[in-house]
Amino acid sequence: MELNNLLKKRKIPLAWLLLTRQPLRILVAIAGISFAGILMFMQLGFRDGLFDASVTVHKLFDADLVLISPRSKSSISMSGFPRRRLVQAMAHKDVTGTTAVNWNFLLWRNPENLSTRSILALGFEPNKPLLIDSDFEKKAKTLKNKGRVLFDDLSRDEFGPISSWFKSGRLVETEVAGKRVRVSGIVSLGPSFGADGNLITSSETYLELSPGNPKGSIEIGLVRLEKGSDIEKVVRSLNISLPSDVKVMSLKSFINFEKNYWKSSTSIGFIFTLGAAMGFIVGCVIVYQILYSDVSDHLPEYATLMAMGYNLRSLLGVVAREGFILSIMGYIPAYVSGQVLYALVRSSTKLPVEMSFSRASIIFCLILFMCMGSAIAAMKKLADADPAEIF
Amino acid sequence: MKNINNNTLNIASLNHWYGTGEMRRHVIQSISMKISPGEVVLLTGPSGCGKTTLLTLIGALRKVQDGDLKVFGKQLFGASRKTRQNLRKNIGMIFQGHNLLRCLTAEQNVQMGADLLNGFSYKARRAQAREWLRAVGLEDHLSKLPHDLSGGQKQRVAIARALAARPKLLLADEPTSALDSSTGREIVDLLKKLALEQSCSVLMVTHDPRILDVADRLLRMEDGQILPSV
Repeated sequence: MELNNLLKKRKIPLAWLLLTRQPLRILVAIAGISFAGILMFMQLGFRDGLFDASVTVHKLFDADLVLISPRSKSSISMSGFPRRRLVQAMAHKDVTGTTAVNWNFLLWRNPENLSTRSILALGFEPNKPLLIDSDFEKKAKTLKNKGRVLFDDLSRDEFGPISSWFKSGRLVETEVAGKRVRVSGIVSLGPSFGADGNLITSSETYLELSPGNPKGSIEIGLVRLEKGSDIEKVVRSLNISLPSDVKVMSLKSFINFEKNYWKSSTSIGFIFTLGAAMGFIVGCVIVYQILYSDVSDHLPEYATLMAMGYNLRSLLGVVAREGFILSIMGYIPAYVSGQVLYALVRSSTKLPVEMSFSRASIIFCLILFMCMGSAIAAMKKLADADPAEIF
Repeated sequence: MKNINNNTLNIASLNHWYGTGEMRRHVIQSISMKISPGEVVLLTGPSGCGKTTLLTLIGALRKVQDGDLKVFGKQLFGASRKTRQNLRKNIGMIFQGHNLLRCLTAEQNVQMGADLLNGFSYKARRAQAREWLRAVGLEDHLSKLPHDLSGGQKQRVAIARALAARPKLLLADEPTSALDSSTGREIVDLLKKLALEQSCSVLMVTHDPRILDVADRLLRMEDGQILPSV
């Protein structure tokens, strides 16, 4: 019965035929919409990728809470605080463990061409947890020897072919901050906007590499809590009990703190959002032009349909459906190209640019909005269809 | 509304003006006329005498300014846009140019007419469209676009499209003007035959003296007035 009713409502798919019988026009429209979509995918992808990249290491920390200096503004300008604050934090009944982390940029010498480049170095006590990675513990044990470092194989290529040399069994030795080190393992962290590469070493080696570091001063304190404890509550009580030269926050707010720096204190967010907005506007103009000229070209035909007894609403529906069809047909190539370009960006910049469901659906909504908005604007032209004029 | 006098069309002292102020022209001057069901009426007259305006008024394409105009007993004077729109579904129109939809095949064009009918499945409406194309002798050209049809064939499609909506009144504005004489003759004969089968009244505006004999009644119009029949 339902199907019967549906069959009774089915009509000639006029919008579809109008578009498909004009292959050039629909190709131009699809190209325009896809171009706008690709632009939005790229701009928003870069933006989110850069924000995500800024916290690649942060996300891997094995911690519930993080202690930093209140003077620290971001991962590229970390200030130190007294290490004993961690010992004081241990006094809280919910705290099960802590890790002191040194975090600073040091000069790495590329062992292949001997050029130097700034690398983010993390120092920690190798017998304590640092990253949530199952084989990290084993790699960390190699750091117990002095002068050993773990190299991040997702670091930019300018640091040298470290991981391929290491994996081929070669002994990889180079200089960090002018002192000889040996690579004893490979980890996968990923570069960020601030750091082109990462290395992890023991606190002991770290202090040797950066002798200017004040004694007993660290940049990040990781705190692990009893399972099931109320993180926010512990944050509040630690903030009260610890002196004001240290700030306590949950790992999640530490990640947001870092992202926020890049979002609010740099132009990245603005630049890329503006780029996406430009794509959106260009798309609107193209779709509007296409639909407007389509309606103009077919004005006598629309007028004929009105003379036959089709009401204005059903003709507006035709234009709206044209807009809808265009949005789908334009989105698909934009999505596919987006995936391809993201893969390209990932392989050449090592930025974590992924096609996220939320971005894919936001851009679909934007394209739909773009096409439907343009369709509504083009509908105004339909008011010029006067059936009395066609005789 | 009940159709009291049973006429398809009933016009009494209809007036129409174009323009305003000094430019105002009285294009329809108190015209009165009737058309009975199934009647074929031809309207002739020099160009600019108001024939087409009269046709658009009857076809509910224009607002009636003054006078009585009843189609199927429905008063069009003061009728709302919606009323006029619904009425148009019962009026078939054939134009000087065929006015077919360029992006649709012959069959789809005719189905645009059949689609106006309620209560039929898509298949049934398509079957009707094919039936009408067969009736106008185009069963071999179902899936051709208007672009690939000759002038006479296009006008046949237009007739099929107009009739597919099962109108009770067919308005035709010089349907043969773009055709050669023998094709024009065929088209008009076909139109009359099919209209009669549907007991559909026809009002045809024409300049073509060769087709006057199809009419049951001949009306002559001059300067916005219908001349007393000769």
